[in-house]
Amino acid sequence: MSFMSSEQSRRDAFKLAGLAGLSLLVASPALATPEEVASAIGKAYGDRKFASGKIKMDVPEIAENGLVVPINVEVESPMTDADYVKAVHVYAEGNPLPNVISYKFTPACGKASASARMRLAQTQDVVCVAEMSDGSLYKAKATIKVTIGGCGG
Amino acid sequence: MSTKPIGKVRLQSQAKAGEIIEVKTLIAHEMESGQRKDASGQVIPRKIINRFTAAFNGKPVFEAEWYPSVSSNPYQSFFFKAVESGEFAFTWKDDDGSEYVTKSKLTVA
Repeated sequence: MSFMSSEQSRRDAFKLAGLAGLSLLVASPALATPEEVASAIGKAYGDRKFASGKIKMDVPEIAENGLVVPINVEVESPMTDADYVKAVHVYAEGNPLPNVISYKFTPACGKASASARMRLAQTQDVVCVAEMSDGSLYKAKATIKVTIGGCGG
Repeated sequence: MSTKPIGKVRLQSQAKAGEIIEVKTLIAHEMESGQRKDASGQVIPRKIINRFTAAFNGKPVFEAEWYPSVSSNPYQSFFFKAVESGEFAFTWKDDDGSEYVTKSKLTVA
């Protein structure tokens, strides 16, 4: 009898530990989803259509350290007063917040290319949107595998 | 950060007219995302540089809006088409309202 009860309490202890572990998981910060990125893009551009092409994203296939992931975005454009890249937005689909960077270019840049370093919480898709001076929009996407996440973890 | 961060800029000092040059910038800043918690479980308040702007002879050239997903000690590079001699003004705008400004001269031959 006494053996049974001690076994019982041990089981309860395990159950409690399991529950505690579960609540820890639930308490970790909510990550953005592809839907949130889509709604962030929708906020900026409504339901306008995006073409593919013109954007070249240079990102690593595998990022060992999610705290510092280099990203270069280059958009094909003559960058003249009549035809230039107005803005480029970078979004991350698996970070706590969807927005990463927004660039504003001018014809004085000569070339629509910029590099920066970003944090990625986990393996995810990074989306780039480019807005041209004539109002046309382009979109590109790249998957980056992250070995160690870089957001608060 | 107790000391005021100083933005560092690297670009060539001379260029030919029409040449496209690369401008590389770096600033020391923790870029606290507002997502992290301290040991007692309190959220560490967000404090990032939220905007970087580059102007040449007072005319805006390039602007970057940064979100908490930008790494600490943020690096930013972009390109510039040299047309005339002048001075760049680079401005980093902090969440706390302060602005960090660095200036660089460019001579066009």
